[in-house]
Amino acid sequence: MTTQSTESDRTRDPLPARDRPDDDTVSTSSRATRVLGALILVGLVVLGWVGLVASAADRELGDTVRLLYVHVPAAITAYLACFVTTAASAVWLWKRTQWWDLVASSAAEIATVLTAITLVTGMLWGRPTWGAYWVWDARLTTTALLFLLLLGYQALRSLPADRGVRNRRSAVIGLLLVPNVVVVNRSVEWWRSLHQDPTLFRPDPQLDGLMLFAWFVGWLTMTLVFVWLLFHRFRVGYLRDRVDDLGLEVALAERRAEGAADAADAGLPPAAGAPALAPVFAATQPANAWTFVTLGWLVTWASIGAYALWLVRTGRRLAAQLPAEERRWM
Amino acid sequence: MLRDARLVAGKDLRLEWRSRVTIGQVAPFALLVLVLFAFAFDPDSGSLQRAAAGLFWVAVLFSSVLAVQRSMAMEAADGNRDALRLSLLDPGGIFLGKAAAVAVQLVVLEVVLLIGIAVLYGTRLTGAGLLLATCAPATAGIAAAGTLYGVLAAGLRVRETLLPLLLLPVLAPVLIGATQAFDAALQGDLGEGWPWVGLLTVFALLYIASGVAAFGPLLEES
Repeated sequence: MTTQSTESDRTRDPLPARDRPDDDTVSTSSRATRVLGALILVGLVVLGWVGLVASAADRELGDTVRLLYVHVPAAITAYLACFVTTAASAVWLWKRTQWWDLVASSAAEIATVLTAITLVTGMLWGRPTWGAYWVWDARLTTTALLFLLLLGYQALRSLPADRGVRNRRSAVIGLLLVPNVVVVNRSVEWWRSLHQDPTLFRPDPQLDGLMLFAWFVGWLTMTLVFVWLLFHRFRVGYLRDRVDDLGLEVALAERRAEGAADAADAGLPPAAGAPALAPVFAATQPANAWTFVTLGWLVTWASIGAYALWLVRTGRRLAAQLPAEERRWM
Repeated sequence: MLRDARLVAGKDLRLEWRSRVTIGQVAPFALLVLVLFAFAFDPDSGSLQRAAAGLFWVAVLFSSVLAVQRSMAMEAADGNRDALRLSLLDPGGIFLGKAAAVAVQLVVLEVVLLIGIAVLYGTRLTGAGLLLATCAPATAGIAAAGTLYGVLAAGLRVRETLLPLLLLPVLAPVLIGATQAFDAALQGDLGEGWPWVGLLTVFALLYIASGVAAFGPLLEES
């Protein structure tokens, strides 16, 4: 019995124990991502202080304007991630290298998380402002369809398939992502403008200095978060491909277990939002603005945090299965 | 390329004519959708007449998913995909041919459905020119996008569930544009309909171009 377990332990570890560096190289982080991470933490503190404490409430929107300091940056970064996906998919179809496939798929996954956050925070902002979680505004509708397109991308990506086949399929879908969103946006904008004036989402012309600053810090932080997530997601994707390549029976078994975990994680961003949303939907009385602001900020940073944590942990687990020379990041 | 397209389209339509799946199964399904809508909306309150344009195009979209799946299933049997790859036909031509065959079937469906909304919902089909001008680019767009996403999902065990998820969000602009143009035609407000025909044309061209370009790489896989 004991011998058997040692035997299986040995097969599970491709590396002998002494070669397993116990330091943090067994992960997807590198000096660059750690510096980025530190910058993000600083940005979060500054954003929290400026956005929630220092800046004044808006004259028209009141305190709910504070939700926009996370909502708008999340939306812009989500669109940025979609552009990255489409551009990287186009380059993949031309160059056909793993690097571009990993960039495209990583950006698409991050875009899915950020779009979910955009939708949830947008709904939380809409309830106290418009009195409804959802209105058929052009941008909301476009974003909802974008989210569905991204879910389709993830569904296709997660299917078991030969890597070349998987990459080809997702590259075509990724390539069409931005053109689709543009056509959807044009049609929806047109559709709504025939029926009602585009009064919603009017850009507030009277942003005072501190509000502008808060918005800027939010945008900067969210962009850094995107870059950080992209680094880690890219490395996780790379490690996953490498672990698959090893073709070890153990790796296959791991992969199966991981497949189950993936399925659970794929639902992570909406799932993270869903429990938080349920009580809000149940509430019929419009609560005060701070409830929505707090909820929105919590949903945003908790989802990003949970996603980041999952990435780091998956990265560590995968990195531990590969020899050190496979994961020298920089 | 066009010669190859004609060959493939001819083959698909011949197969269709002999099996009569579209006429025998998809068209009755589309009519069934119309009847179900009548159950869901009260036929006496006039809401059916007001929504006729939208219901027509929703029925077309649902049926198009079936038609595309059928079109791809024909290639799945007996290693037909490999045969297509080995046939030295131009991939762009194969795409155009399959899309054209789907488009022809959709046109038949649309005729059936137009008669359906005229008879069942009591819609007066006015603005025939605009109706026809809407159907042409909308059908081309649905067929092109459907064929492109259909080949993506073809050969997967989950294709029945995956294809609608991939395809229907993409077709949302067609639904919006075609519904608006039909509404304009049925209400005799022709001027409002034509810009939508422009949008539908852009959509169709975008997907025909993407399909011709991307079909080669997608057909490579098996």
